[in-house]
Amino acid sequence: MTHYSLLTFFSSDSRLTTHDSRNLLVMLQIKNLSVSIQGKQILYDINLEIKTGEVHAIMGPNGSGKSTLATTLAGRENMEVTHGSVTYFGENLLEMPPEERARKGIFLGFQYPVEIPGVSMVNFMKTAVNEQRKYRGLPPFSAADFLKFMREKKDLVSFDSQLTNRSVNEGFSGGEKKKNEIFQMAMLEPVLAILDETDSGLDIDALRIVANGVNKLKNQNNATLVITHYQRLLDYIIPDFVHVLYDGRIVKSSGKELALILEEKGYDWIRKEYSNGAGM
Amino acid sequence: MSNNFIDLFYQNETTLKRMSRGFPADLREEAIEVFRSTGFPDKKNEQYRYTRIEQLFEPAYNMQFSPSNINLNVRDLFTCDVPDLNARLEIVLNGFYFSQGQELKKLPQGIITGSLSKALETCPDIVKPYFSRVADHRKDSLVALNTAFAMDGLFIYIPKGTGFDNPLQVVHLPMTGLDTLLQYRNLIIMEEDTHAEIIICDHTLSPFRFLTNSVTEIYAGPNARLQYVRVQNEHLNSNLITNLYIHQEAGSRVTTNTITLHGGIIRNNTHVTLNAPHCENNTFGLFFADKNQHVDNYVRIDHAQSDCNSMQLFKGILDDQATGAFNGHILVRPEGQKTNAYQLSKNILLSDQAKMNTKPQLEIYADDVRCSHGATTGQLDDSAMFYMRSRGISFKEARLLILYAFAFEVIDKISIKPLKERINHLVDKRLRGELSRCNNCSVNCTEVHQGK
Repeated sequence: MTHYSLLTFFSSDSRLTTHDSRNLLVMLQIKNLSVSIQGKQILYDINLEIKTGEVHAIMGPNGSGKSTLATTLAGRENMEVTHGSVTYFGENLLEMPPEERARKGIFLGFQYPVEIPGVSMVNFMKTAVNEQRKYRGLPPFSAADFLKFMREKKDLVSFDSQLTNRSVNEGFSGGEKKKNEIFQMAMLEPVLAILDETDSGLDIDALRIVANGVNKLKNQNNATLVITHYQRLLDYIIPDFVHVLYDGRIVKSSGKELALILEEKGYDWIRKEYSNGAGM
Repeated sequence: MSNNFIDLFYQNETTLKRMSRGFPADLREEAIEVFRSTGFPDKKNEQYRYTRIEQLFEPAYNMQFSPSNINLNVRDLFTCDVPDLNARLEIVLNGFYFSQGQELKKLPQGIITGSLSKALETCPDIVKPYFSRVADHRKDSLVALNTAFAMDGLFIYIPKGTGFDNPLQVVHLPMTGLDTLLQYRNLIIMEEDTHAEIIICDHTLSPFRFLTNSVTEIYAGPNARLQYVRVQNEHLNSNLITNLYIHQEAGSRVTTNTITLHGGIIRNNTHVTLNAPHCENNTFGLFFADKNQHVDNYVRIDHAQSDCNSMQLFKGILDDQATGAFNGHILVRPEGQKTNAYQLSKNILLSDQAKMNTKPQLEIYADDVRCSHGATTGQLDDSAMFYMRSRGISFKEARLLILYAFAFEVIDKISIKPLKERINHLVDKRLRGELSRCNNCSVNCTEVHQGK
């Protein structure tokens, strides 16, 4: 079976050399990861390394296991890791409950954000931000400081003020829900942001707002993993690396130009190449 | 079992007569004979399918036929759960109005509060037209049993065009040195164009086994406005059967809200009769049950006339081996055209052993009505839990936020602000497992007696 490791693919990439010169840290290291859901294997032998300052994109057709990878990294309990390891700054990520991962800076932007009737956005965010502050040894925000902080972040990602007065995602439109994910990301200032199909269901204006938000939050100490079906989002969020997930395996990794090839040729050529390869 | 109570009645008939002042003796006899013919409701009785009533009466209980002679200052001993309420406080101690020398208080505007038996004796003209008219002992054996044995309780009379400007708080306190059965009787008369906010608190002040079988009758005259909130917060060995009967006249608006925070086995019966057009009734409830607790809410709304609205909303959170039941009965009589009647029961089970039974019962004899019912019983929403935890919120906090949000829909219906805030606080404590005994109670009811 063919499997591609990132290093063999990118050792010749010029961007990598630039990064190396800045002594970037290895943030996330996924080694030979296999994941099942209810006994059915979804991911096979995934290898991926993300360093600080990088933007990675994972593309792939529907049902290829993109969301499974994202939710496994965020720690959803019904994802059974059957093989392999994931380290986050050298620590075993798979042993941590989801809240610990979040407090250490991992953020998952949900493909389908969950509605929580009766829990106000303000209360939800206040609890989340203060739990994270507690974890980092900071005192909780006072009510006034929190509101000020929230206002800044709302402006940063152009989030509609009215929405924070409502229950979490309740009655939000599809676009509002996705913008809310980016707003939460701005509030929590993650180290590793995993955006699962954040572009799906967005019109072009909303897409721009979301992408702008992501770009504004990007810096040399954090990293972004963008999961998407379409190339469109990658016009706005320029990835350093593009990986193709197909049938539970990463079958191709390359620079940003891979996204354009996929856009042009669709996933069919991957499918063909892969089925030939799988026969080897 | 029921024979024991019939024997007890006839053995003590003279005492009952002697002690009961204005309580009509013939009514007692009629009631005990009704009870003889019906007995305790058993499992075959659809209304009581989920609560074994007879079992509750099996242990030996003491019954008290005269007020407790307690010199302690109960008002000092009992610290109110609701500070800043600015309410008028009335206490019913072991089923008797705690008078401290004044059995009937005449308040400004002609409002009367005090002892029901005293009121039956001294102002029968006011009391008799309503007493035992709202609750019918011929139709319910527990009401019959109460009618046979009731000695006293709280009486409130609000004459036409008046009302309480501040909430009235009534605290029911059992405080004895023996296992005790209490069967008190409350009567609230609200004449035309009156208003009141009444808070009923059920507490326990001693660590004994208690069983209460109370009857409360409320008459809401034309355009009367009543908000009636019950807070039940007792120990595990305190069992309650409450029978609330409400009679509403034209244009009246009554909202009841029953918050069951803690207790043993609890059965709340709420019977509402909408006797004239344009009445509005809201019957809300929220309960928490864990360990071996059992909470059963039964509601019956009788739309006897046209153009009335009724809404029932009940929510429950059950953990451990707790069990619960909700049975909501809507009756729309042929005269009840243009009725709007809704009913919703929502419950969360936190353990695999907890159990909830819900039963809607719609009986409609009119053709131009809007009625609906809904019931859900489920577990904590996994996706919501994961969503919150993925933001760094701990499992415990996430669970609290979700449960609290679930409960808040009912708490939010309380319009008495300090009470709402206090109940918010108590619910939060309850959800954190810090409310295993009556809050602020100075008596240390240990868990020892609560075993069984």
